Amino acid sequence: MHTHFDCHNLLDSLSDYLDGEARQELCRAIETHMAECPNCRVVVDTLKKTIYLVHATAESPLPDDVRERLYKALELNEYLK
Amino acid sequence: MSENASLSISLPALQAGDRAEFARLVEVYSAQIYRLALKILGNTQDAEDVLQTTFLKALQSLPAFEGRSSLSTWLYRIAVNEALMLIRKRRPEVQVFAGDGGDDEDEDYLPVQFVDWTTIPEEAMLSSEAVTYLDQAIQRLPPKLRLVFLLRDVEGLSIRETSETLGLTETAVKTRLLRARLFLREQLSGYYQERLLEENH
Repeated sequence: MHTHFDCHNLLDSLSDYLDGEARQELCRAIETHMAECPNCRVVVDTLKKTIYLVHATAESPLPDDVRERLYKALELNEYLK
Repeated sequence: MSENASLSISLPALQAGDRAEFARLVEVYSAQIYRLALKILGNTQDAEDVLQTTFLKALQSLPAFEGRSSLSTWLYRIAVNEALMLIRKRRPEVQVFAGDGGDDEDEDYLPVQFVDWTTIPEEAMLSSEAVTYLDQAIQRLPPKLRLVFLLRDVEGLSIRETSETLGLTETAVKTRLLRARLFLREQLSGYYQERLLEENH
């Protein structure tokens, strides 16, 4: 553990922190640093939001015509619902 | 991902040539494979070609599949390889996407925008214009970062599954994932900063 946790340390640990994989001690160091560093707070909050937006817009169904042609190419027509 | 449906697919039935089971495999994974191919290639016709080839190749290779990775990781690997092959065929000048070497410097991805745009209402962030911008920003990701980002953050694979799919070390996956996320954050910060400025005038 770093005795002095700075912006670079935060950046290095960012994905683990946001993915819930950081140990408790590291989470505390990140949160203490964020309380003192407004820029890092903004980076963490906006990065969290960025990942959220990616997840929120990720799902998309297979277009019906693409699905039909796929089943035909695989000779699975009888399983088309 | 429909976790329950994928868990209940029977590998022995698939390998015994059970057509109904293969149809279930296609049903469970086709939307994800198409979405991934579309985001790698940015073209619906190419994405459809990759989708069909992936399942045709899967059908041929099933008897030899040893089950050392999950079915989804295996399918993603076939799809990524097919997409890369298509790119190499159509645009031979494009450098190879995967591989461990040649990463840029960390400094290229350090945050430079510190505007807090998280207060913008969610419906504005999910407007069709905003979603289109996000899609375009993903397309602007450097290709080797984009593959890692798509598998991990769009398709929800774990770090280990992403590294297995792309043949990268877990360390390389983590480095590229962070850079991709930081790159997109910068892009969205620029976009939303303008929206905030418009609001205040």
